[in-house]
Amino acid sequence: MSEDIQTYSATAESGNVYERRSRWAKIKLAARKSPYTARFGITVILIYVLVALLAPLLAPYGEAQVFPAPYEPWSSTHFFGTDQIGRDIFSRMIYGARNTVGIAVATTLLSFLIGGSLGLAAAIDRRWIDQIFSRSVDVLMAIPSLIFALVLLSIFGSTVLNLIIIIAVLDATRVFRLTRSVAVNVVVMDYVEAAKLRGEGLGWVMRREILPNILPPLIAEFGLRFCFVFLTIAALSFLGVGIQPPTADWGSMVRENANLLQFAQYDLRAGLTPLLPAAAIALLTVAVNFVVDWFLHKTSGLRDEQ
Amino acid sequence: MHPVLVTVLQRLALGLATLVAVSIIIFISIEMLPGDFGQIILGQAATKATVAAFRAELGLDMPAYLRYFDWIAGVLQGDLGTSFSGRAASGQDRSREVAELIGPRLQNTLFLAGITALISVPLALILGISTALYRNTIYDRSINAATLTTISFPEFFVAYILILFLSSLNQWLPSLANVDASTPLGERLTRIALPALTLTLVIIAHMMRMTRAAIINLLASPYIQMARLSGASRTEVIVKHALPNAWAPIATVIAFNLAYLVVGVVVVEVVFVYPGIGQLMVDAVTTRDIPVVQGCALIFAVTYILLNLTADIIGIITNPRLLHPK
Repeated sequence: MSEDIQTYSATAESGNVYERRSRWAKIKLAARKSPYTARFGITVILIYVLVALLAPLLAPYGEAQVFPAPYEPWSSTHFFGTDQIGRDIFSRMIYGARNTVGIAVATTLLSFLIGGSLGLAAAIDRRWIDQIFSRSVDVLMAIPSLIFALVLLSIFGSTVLNLIIIIAVLDATRVFRLTRSVAVNVVVMDYVEAAKLRGEGLGWVMRREILPNILPPLIAEFGLRFCFVFLTIAALSFLGVGIQPPTADWGSMVRENANLLQFAQYDLRAGLTPLLPAAAIALLTVAVNFVVDWFLHKTSGLRDEQ
Repeated sequence: MHPVLVTVLQRLALGLATLVAVSIIIFISIEMLPGDFGQIILGQAATKATVAAFRAELGLDMPAYLRYFDWIAGVLQGDLGTSFSGRAASGQDRSREVAELIGPRLQNTLFLAGITALISVPLALILGISTALYRNTIYDRSINAATLTTISFPEFFVAYILILFLSSLNQWLPSLANVDASTPLGERLTRIALPALTLTLVIIAHMMRMTRAAIINLLASPYIQMARLSGASRTEVIVKHALPNAWAPIATVIAFNLAYLVVGVVVVEVVFVYPGIGQLMVDAVTTRDIPVVQGCALIFAVTYILLNLTADIIGIITNPRLLHPK
């Protein structure tokens, strides 16, 4: 602190003191304070995303490329061996990341688009829109969604597009319920009233006034719903009515190679082969759950006890 | 009339309305089939007359609402229609009644679900109460971690891990649960040991965690503190003071999880090739045998709705505060 200050700039001084943290800095700060489970989860998710995006570069062979020897053991040419008709399992695992996870993400996005917008509409217009949607959702939720999905798939047939639409619509019921119940509390706020009086349309009020205020629970729900959708699609593919061959998909890969389990006592690695895709599914679910847990903890405003 | 009775009757009426709506949805499914469906089922070689006869048998020449009442009247008398499979292009009909197909398999499924419930419900209660008793100890944490993991695993992963360790590496239990009517009870129990164990692992986690949460939640209330101050032991506080008030949430969770069992059973039956209704349904979906799919879906939906209804009613009876919603 010298006495002879020649120039003084208030902006320079206050600008130095109150430098607003950039978004990147906030993310770095949050990451440094995150628990190990969340770091593990984020790392796993990033790896899955990378593998899914770079699948053609990473996989040594094609998705449906058939080799002459079926049920080949693990070796340097076929990392995890080959399956029942001689396709490289390692390559199919990598392509599976793209297909299985990609389809699950698309389904979850669609279900949030449907459920979220209908839920917001129902929360704003509490008269007949709310009644119609809420009652139909009650009925849809009275049937277990796996059973309902089976009925619909038997009628429309198992194509990827049908699968995405059917699961998304069934899952949208849950999103609808959550969105509606959170949004109902926000809709009665004064600023929403002000926007309506200003003459803004339904779309504006939904998007600009209500959505930002109900986002945290919805993001957490997105993670949980993704897990649920992912497991449902895996279960359906496992049952043989989901993603159809020759598309590489983890659920159906488990089923196709399940026979190898009997040989575990002779060659443990052969016995492990059908478990690999199942483990890939389980690992991603656990990772997403970890991250959602952390996110919920952060946004709930609870302080750590220690 | 007693207010509890009124609420219970209201819920029952609501449940009945849901059942009717669900039956309509399941019925409509057959309406959405493509127009040339008879041709697809009977094959390319089917003559026009055979297809026409098939359409007439399905009643496709009648208006939809009449067919619905026809169908629902049949269902109420235990007649679920005739399976699509076993029909030939020549018009020869070797198809079987859906009710006849479902009957024995439904018994098998109920047997499996019943055994699972018998094992998992007491086990979940014991684990839940004991983890609440010894909370934040190593015991509590390890049980918690284990149950959290089984929740996030797909059913077939749990099933195949069990097969790998209990059936493939050590031949302790059979990995195929192929039973029929003549299998003696002891044999039957060994055969379904692995499927029952898988289902137990899948549903026990939720039940145990909810029991634990319900009890810990109650332990914070003033009357528990009073009991403690009066010198009651830890076990006494939990069993005598906390548990009676925790029954309502616990009963609800048990009923919800038994309802969940209805869904979990589909995948597990397919893994272990158990001749139950879930496997029948999956097979019927693959061959697009709609009457069988409808029959199975109806049974699943009815069980699910009834169990949830029971949970609701138990909740109301054991917690009269729910009668006065704020």
